[in-house]
Amino acid sequence: MIRFDGVSKVYRSGNRPALHDATLEIKPGEFVFLVGASGSGKSSFLRLILREERASAGQIHVLGQELGRLSNRKVPFYRRNLGVVFQDFRLLPTKTVFDNVAFALRVLGKSEAFIHDAVPEVLGLVGLGNKENRLPHELSGGEQQRVAIARAVVNKPAILLADEPTGNLDPTTSAGIMDVLRNINTAGTTVLMATHDTAIVNDMKRRVVELREGRIIRDEAGGTYETRANPVVSFTDAQPLRADSQPIVVEPLDFDPIPAFDPMSPTSEALDLSYLDRIEEDDK
Amino acid sequence: MKLSFVLLEAWNGVRRNVSMVVSVILVTLVSLTFVGSAALLQLQIGNMKSYWYDKAQVAVYLCTQYSTLGSCDQQEAGDDQIAAVQAQLESDTLAPYIDKWYFENHDQAFENFTSQFKGSPVVDLVTPDLLPQTFWVNLKDPTQSAIVFEAVGGMSGVESVVDQRSYLDGIFSMLNAASLTAVGVAILMLVAAALLIATTIRLSAFSRRRELAIMRLVGASNWYIQTPFILEGVVAATIGSLLACGAIAVIVIFFVDGYLANALPTTSFVQLADAWFVFPGLLVAGAVLAASSAYVAISRYLRV
Repeated sequence: MIRFDGVSKVYRSGNRPALHDATLEIKPGEFVFLVGASGSGKSSFLRLILREERASAGQIHVLGQELGRLSNRKVPFYRRNLGVVFQDFRLLPTKTVFDNVAFALRVLGKSEAFIHDAVPEVLGLVGLGNKENRLPHELSGGEQQRVAIARAVVNKPAILLADEPTGNLDPTTSAGIMDVLRNINTAGTTVLMATHDTAIVNDMKRRVVELREGRIIRDEAGGTYETRANPVVSFTDAQPLRADSQPIVVEPLDFDPIPAFDPMSPTSEALDLSYLDRIEEDDK
Repeated sequence: MKLSFVLLEAWNGVRRNVSMVVSVILVTLVSLTFVGSAALLQLQIGNMKSYWYDKAQVAVYLCTQYSTLGSCDQQEAGDDQIAAVQAQLESDTLAPYIDKWYFENHDQAFENFTSQFKGSPVVDLVTPDLLPQTFWVNLKDPTQSAIVFEAVGGMSGVESVVDQRSYLDGIFSMLNAASLTAVGVAILMLVAAALLIATTIRLSAFSRRRELAIMRLVGASNWYIQTPFILEGVVAATIGSLLACGAIAVIVIFFVDGYLANALPTTSFVQLADAWFVFPGLLVAGAVLAASSAYVAISRYLRV
């Protein structure tokens, strides 16, 4: 369904590859977590599948298509087989829930009759059957993400890509979103989800692919977020190590084990800000 | 694909960007008015050429007692010399090229002169013997005046041979320069219009970037995404071209027909009917310009 063969991606502005020699196969119906620190290449991975970017080296096959050979003209038709969900929902603020979901079908030229069948059905699937006429700002974050998921799957895509879909949500709401994604997966859609959410990954016990500095360092069926080889050090874990010093403010999942973390070291990851370029590129 | 949806999107784009759209309309209006005026000026030049060149004659001026030019030596052309020129014009070599000719003596020349320059003080200074006797020759093909030059130019008693077309050429080259200037200005304005349309489309795309991002994610075809923007540019430019057509019609009706035609009654000027031939060209030019610059702008913005 998705196959990476020795895929590398180097951005023009980047000094190191966003993805380096990644080889991976995802089979139909799988539920795969993509984990790793910010800047580890998760987003690049998803963008390559979406064909927002072309691989610098290697081949990517998705749904029988080799993406490197896909002409720009055919990209839109290829993307109709994919659904995408983002951390920031990306809903249209002036359209109702119904119209937000219907938008995805309207721009594909589907008939109004079809839209009036398909949209309520998918809204029921994500648990928003009674909120068709609300505007996005009238909904909670979790409900907005459900709308985004409904929009992503209303066209019944074979693959659902989710880029940190629970990143803006509290644990309880996140669990609800995961239920929706699990149902979609059970119905046959392959789900590939990039996430930072330790609890979710550990609860679901699905296949976990871990990236670090653009390399796949772990591919484990029924895995958890952390392994003994790559323990995750969070802010609270780090405290006892440096009990005598000022607390170091560290974004919990951004760094690998840091028993000897030295912010002044020239090789320290803390000073590598190149991922900011890529975040800016995402915003364009 | 639903046309109504695409048209609605284009109309919304126009509404969202009123000030930019108005500036596109104005720039298109001015530039296409220049283009149209240049085209009409060319038509006018063509009209005048065919009108005046047909009327233009070759004048064979004979010697007067005052002239020292050509073969003249302050000697009035004699009857035998006049007869020789006349015989040459009627000869087998020249006659096939000549439509008609007539002879004008001193008195007739003086009459024509006084009627042409009526009211001018120069009339009081001129006497019949100052004005040369002249053979006026109408050629079947006015471009072949060289034959007359060759045949009678060197004859005794002939002061000079003048093709009246040479007087007209100066006027026409002046009009040509004016129309070229108009075209030059028009080209600059058209470049400005194209850039302005491109900027407008980019702004419009930016204000709709959320929709565009989602359209691209769910796989809307490029045609579907781009058409509203291209239509937006075309709609604005078409309004501008229609106004330019109106401006040209006003110029033709009030300035050319209303003023110039009265001031210079002997000259035939372009009519509104001629302008109708220019209008479709302006509309097409405006639409093509807008569509191509909008297409380039939106393609660059949406490059996959």
